Amino acid sequence: MAHSAEDDHHHHHENSELPETDLRVRTLESLLVEKGYVEPAALDRLVETYETKIGPRNGARVVAKAWSDAAYHDWLMEDATAAIASLGYTGRQGEHMMAVENTSEVHNMVVCTLCSCYPWSVLGLPPTWYKSPAYRSRAVIDPRGVLAEFGLDIPETTEVRVWDSTAEIRYLVIPRRPQGTDGLDEEALADLVTRDSMIGTGLPLLPGTIS
Amino acid sequence: MNGAADVGGMMGFGAISHPADEPNFHHDWERRAFAVTLAMGATASWTLDESRFARETLPPVVYYSSSYYQIWEKALEKLMLDRGLLTGRELATGIVESRKPVARTLAAEDVDKVLARGAPTERASGASARFKLGDKVRAKNMHPFTHTRLPRYLRGHVGEIVHVHGVHVFPDSNAHGKGEDPQWLYAVRFSARELWGKDRPAGDTVSADCWEPYLETV
Repeated sequence: MAHSAEDDHHHHHENSELPETDLRVRTLESLLVEKGYVEPAALDRLVETYETKIGPRNGARVVAKAWSDAAYHDWLMEDATAAIASLGYTGRQGEHMMAVENTSEVHNMVVCTLCSCYPWSVLGLPPTWYKSPAYRSRAVIDPRGVLAEFGLDIPETTEVRVWDSTAEIRYLVIPRRPQGTDGLDEEALADLVTRDSMIGTGLPLLPGTIS
Repeated sequence: MNGAADVGGMMGFGAISHPADEPNFHHDWERRAFAVTLAMGATASWTLDESRFARETLPPVVYYSSSYYQIWEKALEKLMLDRGLLTGRELATGIVESRKPVARTLAAEDVDKVLARGAPTERASGASARFKLGDKVRAKNMHPFTHTRLPRYLRGHVGEIVHVHGVHVFPDSNAHGKGEDPQWLYAVRFSARELWGKDRPAGDTVSADCWEPYLETV
Protein backbone atom coordinates (compact mmCIF):
# COMPACT_ATOMS: atom_id res chain seq x y z
CA MET A 1 0.00 0.00 0.00
CA ALA A 2 2.80 2.41 0.86
CA HIS A 3 4.49 1.63 -2.41
CA SER A 4 1.26 2.15 -4.27
CA ALA A 5 0.59 5.54 -2.73
CA GLU A 6 4.09 6.75 -3.52
CA ASP A 7 3.83 5.42 -7.02
CA ASP A 8 0.62 7.33 -7.56
CA HIS A 9 2.02 10.52 -6.23
CA HIS A 10 5.20 10.51 -8.24
CA HIS A 11 4.14 9.06 -11.53
CA HIS A 12 0.47 9.27 -12.22
CA HIS A 13 -0.82 12.57 -10.95
CA GLU A 14 -4.05 10.92 -9.97
CA ASN A 15 -6.07 11.64 -6.91
CA SER A 16 -6.37 10.56 -3.32
CA GLU A 17 -9.28 8.23 -4.05
CA LEU A 18 -7.09 5.39 -5.27
CA PRO A 19 -7.19 3.01 -2.31
CA GLU A 20 -10.96 3.46 -2.21
CA THR A 21 -11.13 2.89 -5.93
CA ASP A 22 -9.11 -0.29 -5.62
CA LEU A 23 -11.52 -1.60 -3.01
CA ARG A 24 -14.55 -0.48 -4.99
CA VAL A 25 -13.41 -2.24 -8.15
CA ARG A 26 -12.66 -5.45 -6.22
CA THR A 27 -16.11 -5.30 -4.64
CA LEU A 28 -17.78 -4.65 -7.97
CA GLU A 29 -15.90 -7.44 -9.71
CA SER A 30 -16.70 -9.98 -7.00
CA LEU A 31 -20.39 -9.00 -7.07
CA LEU A 32 -20.54 -9.38 -10.84
CA VAL A 33 -18.77 -12.73 -10.74
CA GLU A 34 -21.09 -14.01 -8.03
CA LYS A 35 -24.15 -12.81 -9.92
CA GLY A 36 -22.87 -14.72 -12.94
CA TYR A 37 -22.65 -11.62 -15.12
CA VAL A 38 -18.92 -11.94 -15.82
CA GLU A 39 -16.63 -14.95 -16.00
CA PRO A 40 -13.24 -14.48 -14.27
CA ALA A 41 -11.37 -16.35 -17.02
CA ALA A 42 -12.93 -14.05 -19.63
CA LEU A 43 -11.76 -10.99 -17.67
CA ASP A 44 -8.23 -12.36 -17.61
CA ARG A 45 -8.40 -13.11 -21.31
CA LEU A 46 -9.52 -9.55 -22.11
CA VAL A 47 -6.61 -8.05 -20.19
CA GLU A 48 -4.11 -10.52 -21.63
CA THR A 49 -5.26 -9.76 -25.17
CA TYR A 50 -4.59 -6.04 -24.89
CA GLU A 51 -1.41 -6.42 -22.84
CA THR A 52 0.22 -8.98 -25.09
CA LYS A 53 -1.52 -9.43 -28.43
CA ILE A 54 -3.13 -6.29 -29.81
CA GLY A 55 -0.80 -3.32 -29.94
CA PRO A 56 0.92 -0.81 -32.23
CA ARG A 57 2.97 -3.52 -33.94
CA ASN A 58 -0.22 -4.28 -35.91
CA GLY A 59 -0.42 -0.75 -37.23
CA ALA A 60 3.32 -0.69 -37.92
CA ARG A 61 2.90 -3.68 -40.22
CA VAL A 62 0.11 -1.89 -42.06
CA VAL A 63 2.30 1.19 -42.55
CA ALA A 64 5.35 -0.84 -43.59
CA LYS A 65 3.31 -2.68 -46.18
CA ALA A 66 1.87 0.57 -47.49
CA TRP A 67 5.42 1.92 -47.83
CA SER A 68 6.58 -1.21 -49.66
CA ASP A 69 3.70 -2.18 -51.86
CA ALA A 70 2.10 0.44 -54.10
CA ALA A 71 -1.00 -1.65 -54.77
CA TYR A 72 -1.53 -2.19 -51.05
CA HIS A 73 -0.99 1.52 -50.43
CA ASP A 74 -3.69 2.42 -52.93
CA TRP A 75 -6.08 -0.14 -51.46
CA LEU A 76 -5.41 1.19 -47.95
CA MET A 77 -6.17 4.75 -48.99
CA GLU A 78 -9.31 3.64 -50.84
CA ASP A 79 -10.70 1.09 -48.36
CA ALA A 80 -8.68 1.01 -45.16
CA THR A 81 -11.08 -1.35 -43.37
CA ALA A 82 -10.63 -4.07 -45.98
CA ALA A 83 -6.91 -3.49 -46.54
CA ILE A 84 -6.21 -3.67 -42.79
CA ALA A 85 -8.50 -6.70 -42.35
CA SER A 86 -6.45 -8.50 -45.01
CA LEU A 87 -3.54 -8.50 -42.54
CA GLY A 88 -5.78 -9.99 -39.84
CA TYR A 89 -6.50 -6.82 -37.88
CA THR A 90 -10.23 -6.46 -37.37
CA GLY A 91 -12.84 -5.91 -34.75
CA ARG A 92 -13.41 -3.88 -31.66
CA GLN A 93 -12.64 -0.17 -32.06
CA GLY A 94 -11.38 -0.80 -35.58
CA GLU A 95 -14.61 -1.82 -37.26
CA HIS A 96 -14.49 1.12 -39.70
CA MET A 97 -11.05 2.44 -40.58
CA MET A 98 -9.72 5.43 -42.49
CA ALA A 99 -6.06 5.89 -43.38
CA VAL A 100 -4.80 9.47 -43.66
CA GLU A 101 -1.41 9.99 -45.22
CA ASN A 102 1.26 12.51 -44.36
CA THR A 103 3.02 14.20 -47.28
CA SER A 104 5.35 17.16 -47.67
CA GLU A 105 2.20 19.34 -47.79
CA VAL A 106 0.01 17.71 -45.14
CA HIS A 107 0.54 16.54 -41.54
CA ASN A 108 -2.32 14.59 -39.99
CA MET A 109 -3.02 14.06 -36.30
CA VAL A 110 -5.84 12.23 -34.57
CA VAL A 111 -7.80 13.05 -31.41
CA CYS A 112 -11.11 12.24 -29.78
CA THR A 113 -12.26 15.40 -28.05
CA LEU A 114 -15.44 13.79 -26.66
CA CYS A 115 -13.97 10.66 -25.11
CA SER A 116 -11.08 8.42 -26.11
CA CYS A 117 -11.91 6.84 -29.49
CA TYR A 118 -8.77 5.19 -30.86
CA PRO A 119 -8.06 2.42 -33.37
CA TRP A 120 -7.57 -0.46 -30.93
CA SER A 121 -7.29 -3.11 -33.65
CA VAL A 122 -4.11 -1.55 -35.04
CA LEU A 123 -2.70 0.46 -32.11
CA GLY A 124 -3.97 -1.36 -29.00
CA LEU A 125 -5.28 0.64 -26.06
CA PRO A 126 -4.69 4.40 -26.12
CA PRO A 127 -1.89 5.85 -24.02
CA THR A 128 -2.93 7.88 -20.98
CA TRP A 129 -1.99 11.18 -22.61
CA TYR A 130 -4.31 10.52 -25.55
CA LYS A 131 -7.21 10.19 -23.11
CA SER A 132 -6.25 13.24 -21.06
CA PRO A 133 -8.32 16.44 -21.10
CA ALA A 134 -5.09 18.31 -21.88
CA TYR A 135 -4.55 16.53 -25.21
CA ARG A 136 -8.25 16.33 -26.08
CA SER A 137 -8.88 20.02 -25.44
CA ARG A 138 -5.74 21.38 -27.08
CA ALA A 139 -5.33 19.16 -30.16
CA VAL A 140 -8.13 20.93 -32.02
CA ILE A 141 -7.44 24.55 -31.02
CA ASP A 142 -3.64 24.48 -30.85
CA PRO A 143 -2.36 21.45 -32.76
CA ARG A 144 0.98 23.05 -33.55
CA GLY A 145 1.55 23.84 -29.88
CA VAL A 146 0.75 20.23 -29.01
CA LEU A 147 3.04 18.93 -31.74
CA ALA A 148 5.83 21.19 -30.49
CA GLU A 149 5.45 19.63 -27.03
CA PHE A 150 5.91 16.24 -28.66
CA GLY A 151 9.04 17.55 -30.39
CA LEU A 152 7.54 18.09 -33.84
CA ASP A 153 8.14 21.37 -35.57
CA ILE A 154 5.79 21.46 -38.54
CA PRO A 155 6.69 24.07 -41.19
CA GLU A 156 4.12 26.82 -41.73
CA THR A 157 3.79 25.73 -45.33
CA THR A 158 2.60 22.30 -44.22
CA GLU A 159 -1.14 22.01 -43.59
CA VAL A 160 -1.97 20.50 -40.20
CA ARG A 161 -5.08 18.35 -40.48
CA VAL A 162 -6.64 17.28 -37.21
CA TRP A 163 -9.17 14.43 -37.25
CA ASP A 164 -11.63 14.45 -34.35
CA SER A 165 -12.95 10.89 -33.98
CA THR A 166 -16.55 11.79 -33.21
CA ALA A 167 -18.14 8.66 -34.75
CA GLU A 168 -17.16 4.98 -35.05
CA ILE A 169 -14.65 5.69 -37.81
CA ARG A 170 -11.12 5.14 -36.54
CA TYR A 171 -8.19 7.00 -38.07
CA LEU A 172 -4.70 5.67 -38.74
CA VAL A 173 -2.01 8.14 -39.77
CA ILE A 174 0.36 6.84 -42.45
CA PRO A 175 3.60 8.70 -41.71
CA ARG A 176 6.11 9.58 -44.41
CA ARG A 177 8.67 6.91 -45.13
CA PRO A 178 12.03 8.04 -43.76
CA GLN A 179 14.93 8.73 -46.08
CA GLY A 180 17.59 6.05 -46.37
CA THR A 181 15.24 3.09 -46.07
CA ASP A 182 15.32 1.89 -49.68
CA GLY A 183 16.82 -1.49 -48.98
CA LEU A 184 14.71 -2.39 -45.95
CA ASP A 185 12.13 -5.14 -46.00
CA GLU A 186 8.70 -4.80 -44.39
CA GLU A 187 9.76 -6.21 -41.02
CA ALA A 188 12.69 -3.78 -40.80
CA LEU A 189 10.45 -0.91 -41.88
CA ALA A 190 7.84 -1.85 -39.27
CA ASP A 191 10.53 -1.49 -36.60
CA LEU A 192 10.76 2.20 -37.51
CA VAL A 193 7.04 2.89 -37.17
CA THR A 194 6.24 4.21 -33.71
CA ARG A 195 2.82 4.36 -32.11
CA ASP A 196 2.93 8.14 -31.95
CA SER A 197 3.80 8.38 -35.65
CA MET A 198 0.50 6.61 -36.38
CA ILE A 199 -1.43 9.07 -34.16
CA GLY A 200 0.38 11.98 -35.80
CA THR A 201 2.19 13.19 -32.68
CA GLY A 202 5.48 11.59 -33.68
CA LEU A 203 7.65 10.69 -36.64
CA PRO A 204 9.02 7.29 -37.60
CA LEU A 205 12.46 6.40 -36.33
CA LEU A 206 15.39 6.79 -38.68
CA PRO A 207 17.30 3.71 -39.80
CA GLY A 208 20.38 3.24 -37.68
CA THR A 209 18.71 4.61 -34.54
CA ILE A 210 17.51 1.16 -33.50
CA SER A 211 19.48 -2.02 -33.01
CA MET B 1 -25.46 17.49 -23.83
CA ASN B 2 -23.00 20.19 -22.96
CA GLY B 3 -21.18 17.94 -20.52
CA ALA B 4 -17.75 17.77 -18.97
CA ALA B 5 -16.55 15.31 -21.62
CA ASP B 6 -16.90 17.84 -24.45
CA VAL B 7 -13.51 19.48 -23.95
CA GLY B 8 -12.46 20.46 -27.49
CA GLY B 9 -11.03 24.00 -27.38
CA MET B 10 -11.13 24.34 -23.60
CA MET B 11 -8.11 25.85 -21.88
CA GLY B 12 -6.35 25.40 -18.60
CA PHE B 13 -5.59 21.68 -18.53
CA GLY B 14 -1.88 22.38 -18.82
CA ALA B 15 0.94 20.55 -20.56
CA ILE B 16 0.49 17.03 -21.90
CA SER B 17 2.40 14.48 -19.87
CA HIS B 18 3.61 11.86 -22.34
CA PRO B 19 6.16 9.55 -20.78
CA ALA B 20 7.82 7.02 -23.07
CA ASP B 21 7.00 3.34 -22.63
CA GLU B 22 4.04 3.97 -20.39
CA PRO B 23 2.20 0.75 -19.52
CA ASN B 24 -1.43 0.22 -20.53
CA PHE B 25 -2.42 -0.04 -16.88
CA HIS B 26 -0.84 1.67 -13.88
CA HIS B 27 -2.61 -0.35 -11.22
CA ASP B 28 -4.17 -3.75 -11.11
CA TRP B 29 -7.57 -2.21 -10.41
CA GLU B 30 -7.36 -0.47 -13.79
CA ARG B 31 -7.01 -3.88 -15.47
CA ARG B 32 -10.04 -5.11 -13.57
CA ALA B 33 -12.11 -1.98 -14.27
CA PHE B 34 -11.25 -2.28 -17.96
CA ALA B 35 -12.12 -5.97 -18.11
CA VAL B 36 -15.39 -5.82 -16.17
CA THR B 37 -16.52 -2.87 -18.28
CA LEU B 38 -15.87 -4.77 -21.53
CA ALA B 39 -17.37 -7.99 -20.17
CA MET B 40 -20.51 -6.19 -18.95
CA GLY B 41 -20.74 -4.47 -22.34
CA ALA B 42 -20.85 -7.95 -23.85
CA THR B 43 -23.97 -8.78 -21.80
CA ALA B 44 -25.90 -6.42 -24.11
CA SER B 45 -27.47 -4.68 -21.12
CA TRP B 46 -26.78 -1.30 -22.76
CA THR B 47 -25.41 0.13 -25.99
CA LEU B 48 -22.01 1.72 -26.50
CA ASP B 49 -23.79 5.04 -26.84
CA GLU B 50 -25.60 4.54 -23.54
CA SER B 51 -22.26 3.84 -21.86
CA ARG B 52 -20.77 7.04 -23.31
CA PHE B 53 -23.78 8.99 -22.04
CA ALA B 54 -23.30 7.48 -18.58
CA ARG B 55 -19.72 8.81 -18.55
CA GLU B 56 -20.53 12.27 -19.86
CA THR B 57 -23.39 12.74 -17.39
CA LEU B 58 -21.02 12.40 -14.45
CA PRO B 59 -21.04 15.83 -12.75
CA PRO B 60 -18.17 17.97 -14.09
CA VAL B 61 -16.45 18.11 -10.70
CA VAL B 62 -16.46 14.31 -10.58
CA TYR B 63 -15.43 13.88 -14.23
CA TYR B 64 -12.43 16.20 -14.01
CA SER B 65 -11.20 14.87 -10.69
CA SER B 66 -11.40 11.23 -11.76
CA SER B 67 -8.77 9.29 -13.64
CA TYR B 68 -9.76 7.58 -16.87
CA TYR B 69 -10.61 4.18 -15.46
CA GLN B 70 -12.30 5.77 -12.44
CA ILE B 71 -14.67 7.37 -14.95
CA TRP B 72 -15.26 3.96 -16.51
CA GLU B 73 -15.92 2.38 -13.14
CA LYS B 74 -18.29 5.12 -11.98
CA ALA B 75 -20.22 4.97 -15.23
CA LEU B 76 -20.43 1.18 -15.02
CA GLU B 77 -21.94 1.44 -11.55
CA LYS B 78 -24.45 3.98 -12.82
CA LEU B 79 -25.46 1.81 -15.81
CA MET B 80 -25.98 -1.19 -13.57
CA LEU B 81 -27.82 0.69 -10.83
CA ASP B 82 -30.14 2.26 -13.43
CA ARG B 83 -31.02 -1.17 -14.80
CA GLY B 84 -31.47 -2.88 -11.47
CA LEU B 85 -28.49 -5.15 -12.07
CA LEU B 86 -26.88 -3.87 -8.89
CA THR B 87 -28.04 -2.07 -5.78
CA GLY B 88 -26.36 0.56 -3.67
CA ARG B 89 -26.52 -1.77 -0.69
CA GLU B 90 -24.75 -4.54 -2.61
CA LEU B 91 -21.97 -2.10 -3.47
CA ALA B 92 -21.73 -0.98 0.14
CA THR B 93 -21.71 -4.45 1.66
CA GLY B 94 -20.27 -6.62 -1.11
CA ILE B 95 -23.08 -9.09 -0.46
CA VAL B 96 -25.22 -10.21 -3.40
CA GLU B 97 -28.96 -9.71 -2.77
CA SER B 98 -30.40 -9.90 -6.29
CA ARG B 99 -29.71 -11.73 -9.50
CA LYS B 100 -31.64 -10.07 -12.29
CA PRO B 101 -30.73 -12.01 -15.43
CA VAL B 102 -28.69 -10.57 -18.30
CA ALA B 103 -29.13 -11.49 -21.97
CA ARG B 104 -25.77 -13.26 -22.26
CA THR B 105 -22.40 -13.56 -20.64
CA LEU B 106 -18.97 -13.53 -22.23
CA ALA B 107 -17.16 -16.88 -21.95
CA ALA B 108 -13.36 -16.94 -21.99
CA GLU B 109 -13.30 -19.12 -25.10
CA ASP B 110 -15.41 -16.55 -26.96
CA VAL B 111 -13.31 -13.49 -26.13
CA ASP B 112 -11.10 -13.64 -29.23
CA LYS B 113 -14.08 -14.14 -31.52
CA VAL B 114 -16.12 -11.35 -29.91
CA LEU B 115 -13.23 -8.88 -30.07
CA ALA B 116 -12.40 -9.82 -33.68
CA ARG B 117 -16.01 -9.27 -34.69
CA GLY B 118 -16.39 -5.98 -32.83
CA ALA B 119 -19.61 -4.05 -33.24
CA PRO B 120 -19.83 -2.52 -36.71
CA THR B 121 -22.18 0.46 -36.86
CA GLU B 122 -22.67 0.71 -40.62
CA ARG B 123 -26.17 -0.18 -41.77
CA ALA B 124 -27.89 -0.64 -45.13
CA SER B 125 -28.87 2.67 -46.63
CA GLY B 126 -32.52 3.53 -47.11
CA ALA B 127 -32.77 7.15 -48.08
CA SER B 128 -30.19 8.66 -50.40
CA ALA B 129 -27.51 10.92 -49.00
CA ARG B 130 -28.47 14.57 -48.77
CA PHE B 131 -24.89 15.80 -49.19
CA LYS B 132 -22.04 14.90 -51.51
CA LEU B 133 -18.28 15.42 -51.58
CA GLY B 134 -17.36 19.09 -51.75
CA ASP B 135 -20.68 20.39 -50.43
CA LYS B 136 -20.48 23.26 -47.99
CA VAL B 137 -22.50 22.54 -44.85
CA ARG B 138 -23.13 24.22 -41.53
CA ALA B 139 -22.99 22.31 -38.25
CA LYS B 140 -26.29 23.18 -36.62
CA ASN B 141 -26.46 25.43 -33.62
CA MET B 142 -28.04 22.81 -31.38
CA HIS B 143 -27.73 22.14 -27.67
CA PRO B 144 -29.67 18.99 -26.82
CA PHE B 145 -29.87 17.99 -23.17
CA THR B 146 -29.45 14.43 -24.41
CA HIS B 147 -26.48 12.59 -25.94
CA THR B 148 -24.91 14.00 -29.08
CA ARG B 149 -21.58 13.55 -30.84
CA LEU B 150 -21.52 17.04 -32.31
CA PRO B 151 -18.92 18.85 -30.18
CA ARG B 152 -19.70 22.37 -29.02
CA TYR B 153 -16.70 23.84 -30.79
CA LEU B 154 -18.13 22.93 -34.22
CA ARG B 155 -21.69 24.17 -33.75
CA GLY B 156 -22.71 27.00 -36.03
CA HIS B 157 -19.60 26.67 -38.20
CA VAL B 158 -19.35 26.01 -41.92
CA GLY B 159 -17.26 23.18 -43.30
CA GLU B 160 -16.93 21.00 -46.37
CA ILE B 161 -17.86 17.37 -46.89
CA VAL B 162 -14.58 15.50 -47.50
CA HIS B 163 -15.75 11.91 -47.14
CA VAL B 164 -19.05 10.05 -47.18
CA HIS B 165 -18.82 7.17 -44.70
CA GLY B 166 -22.16 5.51 -45.43
CA VAL B 167 -25.08 5.06 -43.09
CA HIS B 168 -24.29 4.52 -39.40
CA VAL B 169 -26.14 4.01 -36.14
CA PHE B 170 -27.19 7.43 -34.81
CA PRO B 171 -25.87 7.89 -31.25
CA ASP B 172 -28.34 10.65 -30.41
CA SER B 173 -31.10 8.06 -30.68
CA ASN B 174 -29.24 4.90 -29.69
CA ALA B 175 -28.02 6.40 -26.41
CA HIS B 176 -31.58 6.75 -25.19
CA GLY B 177 -33.22 3.43 -25.98
CA LYS B 178 -34.87 4.88 -29.07
CA GLY B 179 -33.32 2.49 -31.54
CA GLU B 180 -30.46 2.77 -33.99
CA ASP B 181 -32.17 5.21 -36.39
CA PRO B 182 -29.23 4.92 -38.87
CA GLN B 183 -28.23 8.15 -40.62
CA TRP B 184 -25.74 9.17 -43.28
CA LEU B 185 -22.37 10.01 -41.82
CA TYR B 186 -19.86 12.42 -43.32
CA ALA B 187 -16.35 13.63 -42.57
CA VAL B 188 -16.64 17.41 -42.52
CA ARG B 189 -13.55 19.60 -42.73
CA PHE B 190 -13.53 23.00 -41.03
CA SER B 191 -10.77 25.53 -41.44
CA ALA B 192 -8.96 26.49 -38.25
CA ARG B 193 -9.77 30.13 -39.00
CA GLU B 194 -13.49 29.36 -39.28
CA LEU B 195 -13.41 27.68 -35.87
CA TRP B 196 -10.89 29.72 -33.92
CA GLY B 197 -10.42 33.06 -35.63
CA LYS B 198 -8.19 34.86 -38.04
CA ASP B 199 -4.85 34.44 -36.32
CA ARG B 200 -4.72 30.69 -37.05
CA PRO B 201 -2.54 29.32 -39.87
CA ALA B 202 -4.45 29.65 -43.15
CA GLY B 203 -4.20 26.04 -44.26
CA ASP B 204 -4.83 24.23 -40.98
CA THR B 205 -8.07 22.31 -40.60
CA VAL B 206 -10.06 20.19 -38.18
CA SER B 207 -12.26 17.41 -39.53
CA ALA B 208 -14.97 15.60 -37.61
CA ASP B 209 -17.47 12.90 -38.45
CA CYS B 210 -20.97 14.33 -38.48
CA TRP B 211 -24.29 12.56 -38.96
CA GLU B 212 -26.67 14.14 -41.43
CA PRO B 213 -29.08 15.49 -38.76
CA TYR B 214 -26.19 17.58 -37.41
CA LEU B 215 -25.82 19.41 -40.72
CA GLU B 216 -27.72 21.98 -42.73
CA THR B 217 -27.17 23.47 -46.15
CA VAL B 218 -25.42 26.82 -46.24
